[in-house]
Amino acid sequence: MLSIKNLSAAIDGKTILDGLSLELPAGEVHAIMGPNGAGKSTLGYVLTGRDGYEVTAGEVLLNGEDLLALTPNQRAAKGVFLSFQYPIEIPGVPALTFLRTALNAQKKARGEDEVGAPAFLKLIREQSAALKIDFEMLRRALNVGFSGGEKKRMEILQMAVLAPKLAILDETDSGLDIDALRIVAEGVNAMRAPDRSMLVITHYQRLLDYIRPDRVHVLAGGRIVATGGPELAHELEREGYDKYAAVAA
Amino acid sequence: MSLARAIETGDLTQLPSRRDEDWHWTDLRGLIREMPAVSPEAFPRPGDDRWEAFADMVVGVTNGRGPTDLDVEAGEARFVVWRFLAASGASAHTSEFWVELGEGAELTLVESYEGFEPDYVRQISVNFSLADGARVERIVVCSDQASGVTVSTADVTLSPGANFAQTVITSGARRQRIETRVVHPGGGASARLDGVYMLADQRHADITTVVTHGGPHGTTDQLTKGVVRDQGRGVFQGRIVVRPGADKTDARMGHHALVLSDRAEVDAKPELEIFADDVACAHGNTVGALDEDALFYAEQRGIPADAARAMLTDAFVGEVVDRIEHEGARAVVRAWVAERLR
Repeated sequence: MLSIKNLSAAIDGKTILDGLSLELPAGEVHAIMGPNGAGKSTLGYVLTGRDGYEVTAGEVLLNGEDLLALTPNQRAAKGVFLSFQYPIEIPGVPALTFLRTALNAQKKARGEDEVGAPAFLKLIREQSAALKIDFEMLRRALNVGFSGGEKKRMEILQMAVLAPKLAILDETDSGLDIDALRIVAEGVNAMRAPDRSMLVITHYQRLLDYIRPDRVHVLAGGRIVATGGPELAHELEREGYDKYAAVAA
Repeated sequence: MSLARAIETGDLTQLPSRRDEDWHWTDLRGLIREMPAVSPEAFPRPGDDRWEAFADMVVGVTNGRGPTDLDVEAGEARFVVWRFLAASGASAHTSEFWVELGEGAELTLVESYEGFEPDYVRQISVNFSLADGARVERIVVCSDQASGVTVSTADVTLSPGANFAQTVITSGARRQRIETRVVHPGGGASARLDGVYMLADQRHADITTVVTHGGPHGTTDQLTKGVVRDQGRGVFQGRIVVRPGADKTDARMGHHALVLSDRAEVDAKPELEIFADDVACAHGNTVGALDEDALFYAEQRGIPADAARAMLTDAFVGEVVDRIEHEGARAVVRAWVAERLR
């Protein structure tokens, strides 16, 4: 599914990712853990093509296709989705309008038929009910005035509607209380599928009690410094990131 | 001194220039080197027929010639579309109009400024007089040619309890000024003065308003938004004067602009001159670029960059359009805006 080879990236000339390699097979969920400033969010932005993140070396293939050659919306149409750590407010654009515009833009890019209003509403009613999102909220401007938990649930709703191949979840647990965390995790788990891979970026092990990863990677100093099974997350929780900071330096 | 005087007399020294403080950003003296000939009589041209679904009456004024008075009697309610057509190129015209509303009369008025040939020079002046409790919703839509030089002025006199609501929508011209002056008596009267300017290429638009509160208990609410790209230039001048004794005046003014290119320019001068003690006045003014975070967020969801920009700008000016009270008119204006953001 996703193959990252020796990826280096810089912001304003400062190297953040430094030779990162990672293989994420189809159907698997991998966790990326690491200390603050290790480059976790940068990885999410580089994979989605954000301006200002300069790739200086390496390659990223999604199902064999060069991801780095594509614009952000082309990557989205190929099935790349980023759940933002801090979801952005879009004043004046109702959530429903935004999401339908996005879904149909992706479908158009893939040469598929666009979704009509009735089918879209049916889809979104089902998905929002599962995430305990009040349908009326979807008529409001996207994320404007939403609480932290509401914004995160909106991210998962968007993921459910857009049905990506590769979902990158950036600190999806931050700002969530335990009930909201459970709802969000159930939403994510419901989307696990043989043809979908997920990269769960998190600082804490807590989220991984709810979303069980197949593999855990430690990101420090801009590269993967250790890889293991779910037990690695518990070890990090007990012992901290100190020994990896030494490895990275 | 005005464009109208200069057109009438052919005397270019009558043109406002950059030395006049109120015209500093919309210099006509430096622009017009020779006054074109007076516009001839001409046939009207077909225009935007979307308004006709709502209008009780469509009035045409072609090259300044047409009916000059509109009276709405006490208790009457009307929807009128007034089309001001510049139908001849390289020519100049000016005319003045009077709109009078009796007590409790209601008028929804669309003033559509349309240009069909290049290089016209035009001033249209409209005088509004509202009796007690009269209501006007005025929607000014400027679809001028890129080479047109135009001034439109409105002088509005309110009585107590009257309500005057205005939305100006423009895509600019070579040089364009849309000026509204409101004499506000207070006494429960209210004014809403909104504007949207969307300027591309080398187009210019100047939205100027002056509201003078002369008595207590009056409200004024203003929201103007602009989107300027290429080498466009937007000007907003908003002045609210609260005279001594005009206590309990509630006045708010907002102007916010998006500048979408390095060579685009926005000049803004919000002024509050308050000579009464017990008033609530506020103004806000921002000029900035499109939110890059919002743009990336939309692109990440699959929306191409151009479509994302159009969606975000449409939402930005949509806040002003949404304040139009007449539902049908609001829909036409929304479509007019969307066509110009594509």
